[in-house]
Amino acid sequence: MNSAIRSGRFALACILVAAVVFAGARAVGNDYVFFAGYTVLQFIVLATAWNILGGYTGYVNFGTAAFFALGAYATVFFHKFYPLPVPVLVAIGAAVSGLVGLGMGYLTLRLRGAFFAIATLALAVVLQTLVVNWNYVGGSRGAYVIRPAEVPGLSLPYIQYLFLIMLALAVIAIATARSIERSKLGYGFATIRDDELAAEASGVPTLRLKLIATTLSGALMGMAGAPFPYYIGYLQPSSAFALEYAVNSIAMPMIGGTTSWIGPLVGALLMGTLQQVTTVTISSAVNLLIVGLLLVGFVIIAPNGLVGLVRPRLRSGRP
Amino acid sequence: MGELLSYDLLLNAVMAGLLLGGFYAAVTVGISISFGILDIVNIAHPAFIILGSYIAYILNAQLGLDPIAASIIALPVFYGLGAAIYQTYYLSFEKRGQDPLRGLAFFFGILFITEVALVLEFGVDYRYVQAGYIDQPWHIGIVDLPLRMLVPCLMSLVMLAALQLFLTRTFTGRAIMAVAQDQLALQLMAANPIRIKRIAFAISIATASLAGAFLIIIQPVEPSMGRDYIGRVFAICVLGGLGSLPGTLIGAMLLGIVESFTATFYGPSWAPAVSFGLLLLTLAVRPMGLLGR
Amino acid sequence: MTAQLLEVERLSKRFGGFIALDDINLAITAGERVGLIGPNGSGKSTLVNCVCGTLVNEAGSVRFEGRDLAGQSAHQRTRLGMARSFQLPRPFASMTVADNLRVPLLYTVNARRRVLSEADIAKRCEELLTLVGLAHRSRHLPRDLTQVDMRKLELARAMATEPKLLIADEAMAGLSSAEVNDIVALLIRLNESGITVILIEHIMRAVMSFSQRLVVLVSGRKIADGRPDDVMRDAEVERAYLGQ
Repeated sequence: MNSAIRSGRFALACILVAAVVFAGARAVGNDYVFFAGYTVLQFIVLATAWNILGGYTGYVNFGTAAFFALGAYATVFFHKFYPLPVPVLVAIGAAVSGLVGLGMGYLTLRLRGAFFAIATLALAVVLQTLVVNWNYVGGSRGAYVIRPAEVPGLSLPYIQYLFLIMLALAVIAIATARSIERSKLGYGFATIRDDELAAEASGVPTLRLKLIATTLSGALMGMAGAPFPYYIGYLQPSSAFALEYAVNSIAMPMIGGTTSWIGPLVGALLMGTLQQVTTVTISSAVNLLIVGLLLVGFVIIAPNGLVGLVRPRLRSGRP
Repeated sequence: MGELLSYDLLLNAVMAGLLLGGFYAAVTVGISISFGILDIVNIAHPAFIILGSYIAYILNAQLGLDPIAASIIALPVFYGLGAAIYQTYYLSFEKRGQDPLRGLAFFFGILFITEVALVLEFGVDYRYVQAGYIDQPWHIGIVDLPLRMLVPCLMSLVMLAALQLFLTRTFTGRAIMAVAQDQLALQLMAANPIRIKRIAFAISIATASLAGAFLIIIQPVEPSMGRDYIGRVFAICVLGGLGSLPGTLIGAMLLGIVESFTATFYGPSWAPAVSFGLLLLTLAVRPMGLLGR
Repeated sequence: MTAQLLEVERLSKRFGGFIALDDINLAITAGERVGLIGPNGSGKSTLVNCVCGTLVNEAGSVRFEGRDLAGQSAHQRTRLGMARSFQLPRPFASMTVADNLRVPLLYTVNARRRVLSEADIAKRCEELLTLVGLAHRSRHLPRDLTQVDMRKLELARAMATEPKLLIADEAMAGLSSAEVNDIVALLIRLNESGITVILIEHIMRAVMSFSQRLVVLVSGRKIADGRPDDVMRDAEVERAYLGQ
């Protein structure tokens, strides 16, 4: 039917854009593009994933790092146990983080949104404590993850392979977000954000939808985390659970705009690039300070983000 | 386990837990006011406590002041900061009737900015204070009462008692308790609800100054420590029943004892997980808290 | 004996120390037109909230079509055929007026039977908006609506769920005389098509012209329940309204 065709065409357009991006990156001939680009793409996935829960339903997740790190540590676990190809690890990361999202949601989503938010923050701390105490994955010392020498099936340098995977994940995340927006599920999410009581009275099963959002959001974050150990080579809990993941995954959608899939993309591209520049030219601490200031600034001044400045606050539903 | 369950060990674990709990009460009382009474989810509160620790550190290192005295001197500054933040919060969010998401993101941003600013200024090394009583142990029979734990605990109880008196005996204090229930009635009593709330929030941030001094007396401090306290603070708040100061004290003592036992028998690296577990348990079983209505 | 449509038995609700509803008993037969009146704060909206599942009652039971509703969440009760409008309108602020109606169609009507296509939904939205007189506003956002229009939207949204029982909570506040007549006529038409209606109102002439039966709530207790003329002559009811 009509919407399926449109979704199909959109996915195709995304894949084309992705192919162009990849070809362009290879044309530059400098590996740095892939390293930096991987980070930006990772932010696109995280910001989009966060927005599915935070932007669409209005439930704030402060524990992005927890879901991201779960994916990363699942990879470390399997790397030591039995090496698996990265796409499989991505699927495992999705499953683990999705399940944790579901479990946590089930425990806390019946309560006020504020309690859910606090619980997610505490979750990050607790998971970090568990990992720090688990020597098999390196504990607080960290774990070395050696990249495989070859890419299975393709003749690509490994970093380009990781870039390609993250590119694919970004396409999946954006396509998922967009198809939710335009679906019955998207309407349901919006009612939860607008007025949960009225939503229930209109027949919307709010708890079930919130659980779907939490699971989906968590799964996407886990997927983003799965290739990370191979990217970074040496994984410590302090880097996997870094607070900057939480801040960025909130700041990027809030700056870009939370009501549509475009917002997190715009936010991630802008902020991601800005951060690459600032970290290299000034320092990473100053860079984080800027992120924090921008978040607070935008939240106060432009609550609907950059996208909201361009067009009024309205769901992009059917005409 | 493997430890001998001796009377000695048990008693000391309980005592340590009570002392810790007294300190936790000081850390939490600010949230009891801002979240329990005013219904503002100020997750940046732990960052202000760490800020308080650093200010006590500076005054102690530069001027040789006792950290608690230093924090009392810094009280007006924290009070002013709290008032300014509430005013911003009110104008940007409460007044406009924005969804809670923005308010949460606002405070999260402040938490983050504070932590990063401290890192930029002081680096990630641990800082500690010098004071006569910090290294002094004290014994009553077989029970250890290290002064560095005892003094903050006692001062914390004093602070809580003072606040409870303020909230129940003075006009402003009672107005603060009332504003949570009925803004209109308060207006009819010729009190400005916004001003009352601002005072309350400013007080909650002022408590962070003292709590910060207590913290740096008990242990060395580094900028990212605030995060460990977020779970603890809200666990205590929920456990004790939102908005009840006596409840906060009881909840804090309970958490202190549970953490102390966990540290004694399982090791201190598990402590952060305890508060989260307690929080989840409370939310699942009795969300109105032990003393809640 | 056939089950009544709605049976409220010994329903009680308290908020802390305040008793909002005290031992309410009420039975509604299918097809009735019931008016529910009472001074402000008497517990009318609390009763609606407990019946519809928005609030949980401490004591007593609610049965709909013979089935005990304990444990059923609000959205489940809506799907069973109970609909309500909110006393203070609660529109979905980020959607157009038409989309506000789309939600109950997607989530309640479509949950019962999968017959509404995209075109059907659009048509149904138009119909409902025309019924309440909001067709010209279908593409507007709720924040552009007047208070009166928002109440009409509330009513339309409740109607969109295709209920067996419709509870209209002060849907007519602020309406002009002609508009009140329109809404009363609309509710009577709905009733004639088979929907049981409970009307909660302060506008007495609307209540009197609409109700076949009148229930009076004062301070959380039901003090009268019967034919409108009888009830209005009841001494206790007079005292409640005039002697307060």
